[in-house]
Amino acid sequence: MLLALLALALVALVLAMPLVQRRLDEWRARRPERARPAADATLDLELYDPGRERRAEQRARELLRSCVNEEEWGMYRDLGFIRVSGRHARRDIDRGARPAYAYLVYPHKPIVAYVPESGQLLSEYCVEFPDLTGSGGRHRLPASDDVLAKWMALTSDEDRVIRRANMHLVGRQLDPARVRRDLWRLAEWERRRGNRHQVPQSQR
Amino acid sequence: MKPGHGEVLLAEGDPGVQEDEERLVEEFRRQLDEGMWAAVPVTNPGSGRREAQMVKRYTDIPPDSERVIFFPRASGG
Repeated sequence: MLLALLALALVALVLAMPLVQRRLDEWRARRPERARPAADATLDLELYDPGRERRAEQRARELLRSCVNEEEWGMYRDLGFIRVSGRHARRDIDRGARPAYAYLVYPHKPIVAYVPESGQLLSEYCVEFPDLTGSGGRHRLPASDDVLAKWMALTSDEDRVIRRANMHLVGRQLDPARVRRDLWRLAEWERRRGNRHQVPQSQR
Repeated sequence: MKPGHGEVLLAEGDPGVQEDEERLVEEFRRQLDEGMWAAVPVTNPGSGRREAQMVKRYTDIPPDSERVIFFPRASGG
């Protein structure tokens, strides 16, 4: 009973936050200039909006969906990551066939390079898209925006993003067993979809 | 893309209208000056793949593009 009351109180508090913030803003606006303490001009107390990140993520998902193809979107929606083919071929005869390597792009985790043919994990590339607005790096991109940023960087200028990333052997941040499990999930997902394409990055 | 906020509309307009285009160019330059990368999602005419095209100048933007996405430049994490 007590737990239920506490939960209800918490929900009510969260729901009331936007209203409280609005009232606080109105009250601040009504206060005469002289009544404000000097420190108030520099103290920017931003109340936490619990819905902001959720709304940002919803917008980010829509943006990602509008940029990638149907297969990649389905992959992200169902599995939580996107596969991007590597652009470089080991030999000329490899061009046009199955890519020599590919990347798994996770939100807020390193990019993993692997060999699609054998499933061998090659390396992980730690890359981030830091806040450039001068807010002290407190914020990061919503998860789906992080995936989209990596997708855009890899598909437009793979060499540049890989050069900027910190490269490590797989296992520094990501559990290799988990990545192998993800590759298995991906194979199963493709099998279920009846996707027989040899080239991972699908075509529209 | 803005950390902490996600997608934010910076400017919109018809590039065929001079006033709009000046505004778009100004915003484009401002974003690049702040260190952002700009990319346009496109379909590769050769392979049919969806991919992004980085643009460093306003004139690099493909004429039929509906939008340019700015995002923070990558750095080692």
